[in-house]
Amino acid sequence: MDLIVNGVRHTVALEAEMPLLWAIRDELGLTGTKYGCGLAQCGACTVLVDGIAVRSCITPVESVAGQQITTIEAIGEDAVGRRVVEAWVAHQVPQCGYCQSGQVMAATSLLKQIAQPSEAEVAAAMTNLCRCGTYNAIAAAMRQAAQG
Amino acid sequence: MTFLATPEAAAPLNLSRRGLLGAAAGALVLGLGARPAASQATPAAEAMPNPFAALLELRADGTARLQMPFVEGGQGVSTALAQILGEELDLEPARLLLECAPPGARYKLPGAPRVTGGSSSVRTSIAPLRRLGATARAMLVEAAAIRLEVPAGSLTTEPGFVVHAASGRRIGYGELAEAASAQPVPAGVTLRDRDKFRWIGKPVARLDVRAKSTGKMVYGIDLAVEGMLQAAVQHAPRYGMEPAEIRNEAAVLALPGVHSLHRLPGAVAVVADRWWRAHRAAETLQVAWREAAPGAANAMPADFSTRALRDRQQAAPGPGITAETAGDASGALKGAARVVEASYDAPLLAHGQLEPPSALASWNAEAGTLELWVPNQAPDMYLPVVARAAGIAPEKVTLHSPPLGGFFGRHFLYEAASPFPQAIALTKATGRPVKVIWSREAEFLRDAFRPAALVRFRGGIDASGLPVALEAEIVCDHLLNRTFGAPADRHDRTVVEGIANKVYAFPNRRVAHVVQRSPAMVGFWRSVGHSYNDFFMECFLDELAEAGQTDPFALRQRLVEKSPRHQALLAAVAELSGGWKRGPFTAPDGSRRARGIALSSPFGTEVATIAEVSIQDGRARAHDVWVAIDPGSIVNPSTVVEQVQSAVAIGLSSALLEEVVYEHGTPRARNYDGYPILPPDQMPRVHVRIIESGAPMGGVGEPGVPGVPPAVVNAVFALTGQRIRSLPLSRARFGRVS
Repeated sequence: MDLIVNGVRHTVALEAEMPLLWAIRDELGLTGTKYGCGLAQCGACTVLVDGIAVRSCITPVESVAGQQITTIEAIGEDAVGRRVVEAWVAHQVPQCGYCQSGQVMAATSLLKQIAQPSEAEVAAAMTNLCRCGTYNAIAAAMRQAAQG
Repeated sequence: MTFLATPEAAAPLNLSRRGLLGAAAGALVLGLGARPAASQATPAAEAMPNPFAALLELRADGTARLQMPFVEGGQGVSTALAQILGEELDLEPARLLLECAPPGARYKLPGAPRVTGGSSSVRTSIAPLRRLGATARAMLVEAAAIRLEVPAGSLTTEPGFVVHAASGRRIGYGELAEAASAQPVPAGVTLRDRDKFRWIGKPVARLDVRAKSTGKMVYGIDLAVEGMLQAAVQHAPRYGMEPAEIRNEAAVLALPGVHSLHRLPGAVAVVADRWWRAHRAAETLQVAWREAAPGAANAMPADFSTRALRDRQQAAPGPGITAETAGDASGALKGAARVVEASYDAPLLAHGQLEPPSALASWNAEAGTLELWVPNQAPDMYLPVVARAAGIAPEKVTLHSPPLGGFFGRHFLYEAASPFPQAIALTKATGRPVKVIWSREAEFLRDAFRPAALVRFRGGIDASGLPVALEAEIVCDHLLNRTFGAPADRHDRTVVEGIANKVYAFPNRRVAHVVQRSPAMVGFWRSVGHSYNDFFMECFLDELAEAGQTDPFALRQRLVEKSPRHQALLAAVAELSGGWKRGPFTAPDGSRRARGIALSSPFGTEVATIAEVSIQDGRARAHDVWVAIDPGSIVNPSTVVEQVQSAVAIGLSSALLEEVVYEHGTPRARNYDGYPILPPDQMPRVHVRIIESGAPMGGVGEPGVPGVPPAVVNAVFALTGQRIRSLPLSRARFGRVS
């Protein structure tokens, strides 16, 4: 099957049910996307599929073959993604940082769909877990990124 | 936990106030089997080694690398150390790369422990690191003086350069590094005046934030080496059981990518070319588990349940091992105008760090050497155990300590709680490098949990409502015995911290540890004994206030009237929250709310916490948490605020949601679906005020935690009239409040 990741087409021979997360991490060697729970509980594995946030740990790789997959490694190639990263840096969001690839991807997805989300829309979209409790910094960074 | 302790008191050593040459006194690294309570402060200063020999590398491009004693896991230690070193070395913190040093004496920063824990890193390393930086700077200046043929006294530095102002000549540190390293190490150095600090005490941006915002930070789980295989494990459902027959061995071996199957102590491992293939195969394995041999150490019995553990704790006979005593508690209770009795309990807790444990091991059979990457908080403790697991001498081991995707106490050395012995066995068996990753489910079976604890309180108040006697028997495992081999016939100071030696100093008191082992593996969890004892003590104090018809805030003011530091702290948190008001009151959104207060003294730092709660759909909800924190003095105010935010989140998570439940010898939850941790929509606003009272520097990473559960639970009482004495609050349903 063909995987298009960060604009590059890869022809891979993988089990259809292998989660996208592990195709990205182990087959393509892109380790910025994290494994946290394997159950779509924590969101550390969030990537974009055709611009929409997807929890890659439960997404069978075959189901996204041929679609545009964006991982944190390409975040700088997206104008919204760059804005999100700058907001994350300005607000000193990450602590241990392990969940933050997923947080940045979830934020980028939201802002690509809704440029100026309401607090409720932010709450609905930003559900990834952070054991360091950086939630208030994430919220502040979201407000900055949303102001463009 | 306090790693820095003199036998008689848990107060941290005052490094910052000692003469600098004498300041290298400090914590000893606790070895396995060491008696923590007996670890003595080193009496004499350790000599400063040549900074360039191992610790500090100055590079031609103007950057530098410090092999630091600690591991970065989000607490901001690498930035704080860069600020400290940079201040004295005269190098911008942003030009410093900090890595966790390998184990071994040559990487030891004199006076600083090699343990990342006990909220001790900055307070133990600030003095020796300043001295190291100043020593390196002096040697650079000497080398430049020789190079330029001018007196050293005519030279100054500016960040990254030695400068000869008279001639306008400048030489970069990198260019001088080799010559500087050949200079004699000066016996004494002059340190920068505090009022000239550019980076210490300033909100310097953390150095790793951009890498962590762009997926570039590499954690242990991300590592790969040439020719590496990956492994997943199926753990025995109960510790102590061993694999017997594998019913579908041939079928699993035939799965795509599977390399081999291995029976390991308490586990079966599948090695494959890709981790998910190994994981799927490991989950597919049909293993018959043999019961542990009778008398096997730490074996988990089939009938263990946390409900029964709590009942046993409740029934455990006193009086226990006395940890603190003053006056005559039982006599004063007899004579008290009123006696209040209550028992409180708190459950086992999981660490729940987002990065699942991993270990990458590479065995070189010809050389008999092992290279190992494993998340850990204590490389020098791991090294001998790793060497033993590999069957080689410690000098044959290269141990790497990668940045941690969260830790909170998870990565100390606990029995069977790390994948490294499995990785070592597998690399030796396969002859290939092997990375073991524990699935989240595998992790929940082998985490070393925060011990469950129960306290039986008796408190006496006099006719004026003032507490005059306190008796506390804390029934809990002996963590220091199980972790470090501390003597089990003496109380575990981590089990009584937060109740013993409390600032209130009731005139008659007895605090005791009733040791009761539990079969669950236990470990250090952010703020250790404070994480439950401050909940117990500060809620029981509110009960005493209630019995004496005193306002809880006013009672605390009375109880600390001899301590200006605590008076200031209470005043600060009250002011920060707009003035103490207990409630209930109606918030602008129409909801009924109330506030609770707690005082705690963890890790050499003083903290006052106020929480505001409401009841929504029968559940407690925290809206705002105000924290006044006095660590004495600080290095990075931004990091302090961030650590308090983080501590409030985990403290609130423990108060509202978290509980490891065992039934039939196994934990009921194996992932975040069954063990919820605080989600973003339950995060309160957090307001922080830092007070630098000038007291000896305390810790920062943990102290924000323990005040949160009691402040929340006290607020819940003020709002509902229900006194919750058992966490988490999610077990309780609250009715409509008026």
